[in-house]
Amino acid sequence: MRSRYRTALFLLPAGAWFFAMLVLPLVVVFVFSFGERGPAGGYVPAFTFDNFLNLGARWAAFKNTMIMAPLGTLACLLIAYPLAYFLAVRASPTWRTLLLILVIVPFWTSILIRSYAWIYLLGGQGLPSLLEALGLGNPRLINTPFAVLVGIVYGYLPLMVFPIFVSLERLDKRLLEAASDLGAPPMNTFLTVTLPLSMPGVATGCMLVFILLMGEFLIPAMLGGGKVFFIGNALVDLFLQSRNWAFGSAVAVALVLVMVITVTVYMHLTRRWSGGRDDVSLM
Amino acid sequence: MRIYALLVYLFLYVPIGIIVLFSFNSGKAASQLQGFSVQWYGKALSNTFVVEAFQTSLTVAFISALLATLFGTMAALALQSLTGKLRTLFDALIYIAVMVPGIVIGIATLIALVTLFEWLNPLLKAIWPMAEAAPQLSLGIGSLIAAHGLFSMALVIIIVRARMAGMDRSLIEASADLGATPFGTFRQVTLPQLFPGILAGFLLAFTFSFDDFIIAFFVSGSQTTLPIYVFSSIRRGVTPEINAIGSMVLAISLILLITAQSILRRSAPKS
Repeated sequence: MRSRYRTALFLLPAGAWFFAMLVLPLVVVFVFSFGERGPAGGYVPAFTFDNFLNLGARWAAFKNTMIMAPLGTLACLLIAYPLAYFLAVRASPTWRTLLLILVIVPFWTSILIRSYAWIYLLGGQGLPSLLEALGLGNPRLINTPFAVLVGIVYGYLPLMVFPIFVSLERLDKRLLEAASDLGAPPMNTFLTVTLPLSMPGVATGCMLVFILLMGEFLIPAMLGGGKVFFIGNALVDLFLQSRNWAFGSAVAVALVLVMVITVTVYMHLTRRWSGGRDDVSLM
Repeated sequence: MRIYALLVYLFLYVPIGIIVLFSFNSGKAASQLQGFSVQWYGKALSNTFVVEAFQTSLTVAFISALLATLFGTMAALALQSLTGKLRTLFDALIYIAVMVPGIVIGIATLIALVTLFEWLNPLLKAIWPMAEAAPQLSLGIGSLIAAHGLFSMALVIIIVRARMAGMDRSLIEASADLGATPFGTFRQVTLPQLFPGILAGFLLAFTFSFDDFIIAFFVSGSQTTLPIYVFSSIRRGVTPEINAIGSMVLAISLILLITAQSILRRSAPKS
């Protein structure tokens, strides 16, 4: 009985914190999404679906996010996979840990400063002037979808490399030897053994990057120059500029819903992909 | 394969390197190096806005990480012996805290706290002995600490639990068999084994809070943290001073990160 009191006492601060700063605020957003905008901004209690019916007003932000988030995820995947493969299969064990840490370190440093670095590089006096000096014209790079994509890959690559690395490292190397002993060309071994077995890592990485990208604000704000507008940018605009809390809450609820639906569908699909291959991983 | 890896590492580190390089540039031009100088660091550190923002960031990061580590560790310890609905509830809360985008947490906290303060402030004024001297609740250091602490606490719980999973249970049983009281076992066996995880959790929580922009952007009220200062000055234009501030921010998170990593690695339970 005493240990039950102690458990309760130990959980109390964390529980109260979760309730006050997570559960309550999220409930407030949900409730406010059915409300109305006050005359001077803010919120007036009401029960209306108008905010949700009006979501089309921010269609561009939803559309941009739903184009750029999958595109950014794909770009991260294409660049991360070979690196993860190199680290897990090819790199010498003595260097592996250090190389892996070097991939993860940037993720824990300020994304603000790292995006700022690309303003510097892609801005007029950076790469464009370098290209001009080489006689390759003076392309506009900053404040374009391309710049946003570069920022995304730069920001989220570590998050994609890590889970793929883990799934490739766990892979039983004897399977690869068996495949080549049985005469499979390297490419076939990769396509029929390595790639399928690393799918769980690929799925995890894609999901993590995709979820974070859906709520992204900083990268499009800094590298897109207001031209590449994500849902996150719409939210900042609605809450800090126009102070339309009710409509902003509806956008936030819609964002979370779209996220939950995509992740559920995605997890369902990946489970089905790997469903038939569970027997392989047991070997 | 190696060349490809090298290119990716260059891609990861050259942009950061350029920021650091140009922070030591004596000239103002963003395009060419003109010589070594630390004048931009001097300029940044004598700018009262930068110093105040820096102090705010350090205060918030330290207090939020400390509280998150304390309460997160307590929760992780309690959850260990817990099953059933309460356990499921806490697992769900930790999951939600980590997965809901920072921007949604930010706006949710903003409107919830502002609404709460709009109710509480008149009430405080009514019950306070001297109405004029009644405290006015508003967004600021407190809300920054509360909002950062939430995510940090989830982070600490995850790290400490991972540490527990790798812990040697036989030592705890041995300690109990040798007649140690439960508290004695906790203090002399469990806590020392968990300590590296707790310390790493604190350092990562500190780093998260120190670097966070998006949550602070919504809940900081009239306070300015360092990332908010940097963001608003970038909007006004790129200056070498920002390079110096950026390099300092990178250096601080790197130092904390390397410390956390080496603590976790050096004391990793052998399996």
